[in-house]
Amino acid sequence: MQVRFWGTRGSLPISLNADQVRQRLLSVLEIAARLPAGQLDTAAGRAEFVDSLPFALRGTYGGQTSCVEIQGSGPEHLICDLGSGARDLGHAKLACFGPGAPQTYHVFISHLHWDHLMGLPFFSPLYIPGNRLVIHGCHAELEAAVRLQMSAPGFPVDFSLVQGQVEFRLLETGRAYDIAGFRVEAMLQIHGGDSYGYRFEQDGKSFVYATDSEHKLDREDHWAACIDFFRGADLIAFDAMYPLAEMVSVKADWGHSSNMIGVELALAAGARRLALFHHDPLNDDASLDRLLADSRRFESLSRQRRPPLEVISAYDGLTVEL
Amino acid sequence: MELEAGIHPKANLVMVRGRIDHGSSMTFSELLHPHLEKCKKGNPPLILDFSGVEYVSSAGLRALMIATRFARNQGGRLGIAGFQPLVREVFGISRFDLVIPCFDTLEAAVGELA
Repeated sequence: MQVRFWGTRGSLPISLNADQVRQRLLSVLEIAARLPAGQLDTAAGRAEFVDSLPFALRGTYGGQTSCVEIQGSGPEHLICDLGSGARDLGHAKLACFGPGAPQTYHVFISHLHWDHLMGLPFFSPLYIPGNRLVIHGCHAELEAAVRLQMSAPGFPVDFSLVQGQVEFRLLETGRAYDIAGFRVEAMLQIHGGDSYGYRFEQDGKSFVYATDSEHKLDREDHWAACIDFFRGADLIAFDAMYPLAEMVSVKADWGHSSNMIGVELALAAGARRLALFHHDPLNDDASLDRLLADSRRFESLSRQRRPPLEVISAYDGLTVEL
Repeated sequence: MELEAGIHPKANLVMVRGRIDHGSSMTFSELLHPHLEKCKKGNPPLILDFSGVEYVSSAGLRALMIATRFARNQGGRLGIAGFQPLVREVFGISRFDLVIPCFDTLEAAVGELA
């Protein structure tokens, strides 16, 4: 199983601005100026130098909102959420398969907030006859929300004009589904208007998509249910939007979680890998680098005699092989 | 996890020992409550001596935040002093050191709060 992150930002898309790019260039040149003479004279030397830089200088976590692709052993495609990252995903699929080879896409919607749906009108396979889009979700208003988004005056192309075949399927929590060769389960999460996490299993591997979920520390029932849902997962995409102090104070009831709670839940569940996800748009790349370092340190302080948990931070374009 | 009242001329001192985690945070809150009730306007500050605390989880930090709020609402002053280095790190990682007054030593806490 392979998981590819196309959008990892929470709430709304962002991008680097001109000043941030300039500051980054200055920082890199500052480091380069201290290198021994000749190190940057060759292409290999320059590549080695760039690769040695912190991620926040050599890359970016990106700014597209939630969209994650799961590739399994079958021909059909699985996608979690249709945030703005779905645009790049759609283009990649078209580039790979072309318009003449119809594909089936199974989409799993965590909830109906705009940052998780806004990419659908820009998901190019939607407009190509023969393509099939099966939109799964647990909200009774799923179809209405999608249709509303693609209607006047909010969007110029009405949903009725899409040429791909679109189906809506309501899922329930507490039962397992066989979808495109995956065992799929949904879990109710704490979020305004409710959200749902999904667990995908195939060939002994498992991926949990658990974003837009607040983990109340005084809700023992919810805590235990999450550990059960995360149990033994090979990868968990986890809503790590706020530092713990913010999450339980000024941003309590905002419906999001914290890196520390992700580490605690994943360790308790015996998961192998935790991906920090749904990054706060207020966090720049350097802040997200620090958040990752802090999370790894907290994992080492909290692990005790349990197996190590690998903590990573999801970024737009990251592919994880399970 | 244990709490024990200490003696200090200028503060209500409580020594905390052990781990404050998901399993013990509620007990911690219950044991702390009688001390918190005395943490009000006009009374000496409540200082938690954390030199015996080995670990604090998110649940423990939340319990401390609630305690801090409780004290503030009564007009009292609450601080934590004498961290083990690893516990101090957890306060930094969680950003709780920005929410709860934290001090390296008991003397520093008394100097600031008393």
